[in-house]
Amino acid sequence: MQLEGKKRIWAEYQKDIPDDHFFYVRSCIRQTFFAGSEQVFLKIMRDDLGKDVMEDPRHTTCTGIGYHGDVVPFETISTVVARHFALATEAGYKNIAISCVTSFGIYTEILETWKHFPDLLAKTRDNLFKATGREFDLPESIAHASDIIYKFRDELARKAKYQLYDITTGKPLKVVEHIGCHYAKMFPKHGIGGAEFPHVLVGMIESWGGEVIDYPERRHCCGFGFRQYLIQANRGYSISASRKKFESMEPYKPDMIVANCPGCAMFMDRWQYTIKEIDDVTYGGYKTGIPTLTYEEMAGLVMGYDPWEMGLQFHNVQALPLLRKMGIKADPDKRFLAKDGSRLPEPANLINS
Amino acid sequence: MTVMTKHVIIAGGGVAGIEAAGVLADMGHTVSILEKEGNPGGHVSKWHALFPDRRPAGEVTGYLGKRIENENIRFIAGTSVEKIERHGGGLTVGISGGTTLNADAVIVATGFDLFDARRKEEYGYGIYDNVITSADLEQMFNDDRLLTSDGRVPDRIGFVHCVGSRDEKVCNEHCSKVCCVTAVKQAIEVREKLPGCEVFCFYMDMRMFGPFYEELYRESQEKYNVNYIRGKVSEASGTMKKRVALKVEDTLAGRPLKMEVDLLVLMTGMEMSKSGAKLAEASGFATGINRFLESTDNHYGSNMSKMKGVFYAGTCTAPMNITDTISHARAAAVEAVKYLSSK
Repeated sequence: MQLEGKKRIWAEYQKDIPDDHFFYVRSCIRQTFFAGSEQVFLKIMRDDLGKDVMEDPRHTTCTGIGYHGDVVPFETISTVVARHFALATEAGYKNIAISCVTSFGIYTEILETWKHFPDLLAKTRDNLFKATGREFDLPESIAHASDIIYKFRDELARKAKYQLYDITTGKPLKVVEHIGCHYAKMFPKHGIGGAEFPHVLVGMIESWGGEVIDYPERRHCCGFGFRQYLIQANRGYSISASRKKFESMEPYKPDMIVANCPGCAMFMDRWQYTIKEIDDVTYGGYKTGIPTLTYEEMAGLVMGYDPWEMGLQFHNVQALPLLRKMGIKADPDKRFLAKDGSRLPEPANLINS
Repeated sequence: MTVMTKHVIIAGGGVAGIEAAGVLADMGHTVSILEKEGNPGGHVSKWHALFPDRRPAGEVTGYLGKRIENENIRFIAGTSVEKIERHGGGLTVGISGGTTLNADAVIVATGFDLFDARRKEEYGYGIYDNVITSADLEQMFNDDRLLTSDGRVPDRIGFVHCVGSRDEKVCNEHCSKVCCVTAVKQAIEVREKLPGCEVFCFYMDMRMFGPFYEELYRESQEKYNVNYIRGKVSEASGTMKKRVALKVEDTLAGRPLKMEVDLLVLMTGMEMSKSGAKLAEASGFATGINRFLESTDNHYGSNMSKMKGVFYAGTCTAPMNITDTISHARAAAVEAVKYLSSK
């Protein structure tokens, strides 16, 4: 593999990411399945980097899953997104930071559509005003939240408590990075590093001491695929897509998987559990799975945040082997303690538990 | 009959430029060939063997070399034509370095550039060691060293057709014409050199347009057992063993296909040359949707530009093989002679 070739592509796909003052829009999936991730992002931005990040509780779903599931029409979703822009406009923010890759793709698609079809923008303005009385300015920038962490990756590296480094072997951790399809496959110019060799997570991993695995099915879909999963009868497609990836990455013996899309993180975590239940097959060595983290969780570990405060225990594949390799001391017995000290019910059949 | 000697400048010293120069020189005209590279011959000088008869490319470059050994031809290497302007009854030709030359007629023979395979990022050219282009393979044949990057004798080689041709994503809707038959030729050469090596060609359509091309295609299947899969390769990835993993849609079988190869050869197409495009823009020459030079008529004026005294020859107007390039260049020379005799 010629690194220079990748560097040439990475240099072609860079984008301007604002330095400060973000209007943050959350993700339905991320805040449901990895509730700590968005809190970690906000904490890193505000406490570690000293940035101004605004949230508005009136922000709603972008309806992207419904749109890709063919139950929400374009007119509706563009009006919903226009409302989000109106909230940002009212708060005085021009830079949108997007948690979800599906939403990022939706926002990007809508802005590109409006650029090419101004009549649709005018119609959306009209629809929004009639429905809510709101008006909006187009944002000056949109960035996926992983773009922002990428931008500040070296600053975070200087403040890091831990590295993506295996203290038991003295070698960099081997990391599988997975980029959500809607991050750059629709509009490569909007993704750092483009669609084929994205740099957004590679940059973080390498800045924080890890080593990226380039395996044959690296670009394959995680298996979410909206209708593959949303329609129950199609879920075999979903799990087979994930399985294809696991089998392809397994020989490289990855220490962890990290994704910038909440759907990808969810499926690559949950389907490992499902495959183990169906076939008693795991991919992380004898009876173990490959810990699958969101990039915020990976950043949180590097910055020394408490794994259980971040909610790592709510993954089906537990991160305990990864924590041991990184030298992070976290008591497994405290994983399911509530804030008041009472013990929460422990999910059955967790992997790596 | 007395021929009034005129001075013709030819932009480009490849197949078309040299052949046009040869015809003009034979008829007594003075010709200056301006070639941006250091040597004559263009792309063919880097090729090992030619379709359909697989003769050594050196035979054609040898012919071209003899063609310019004419006292009426001056070959000026390392010089490109930047701009052509018409002034009164003559033409002025701006060349690299800022000098201007006068000419009675100009033949534009700026040729083509091979498509830069790195632009098809999904194939990983320039990233994965064992992804090469058809031009790289010719160099391997020239070097008599058909090995993978880590020195292994390949067990399986894949050819991807239409790389940079018939592809809206890279803004090239045109067919480059010669890549299909080049792949057939190269596949046969691989099978001859390495009888144990499997060869798979992934194609959209096999466009065997020239004489003896279809016969070569048939021979490649019947005699050399080259496998043809109708379908595009969607992506290539590196494997642990430095092989190249392919994802392909087999459109005849109606199902996806995965395969590993030791070498992946990208059949890169033809594009308007950068130097030709620059010259066209500076001189106000029209270009077509395919970005090649647009002649005054597709059927009976394919050598004619809209600037009086300027003629087009060869692949600056469209992809073509060597046979057609030579014919086109001869026609351009005849048009130039007709024009000069009428002055």
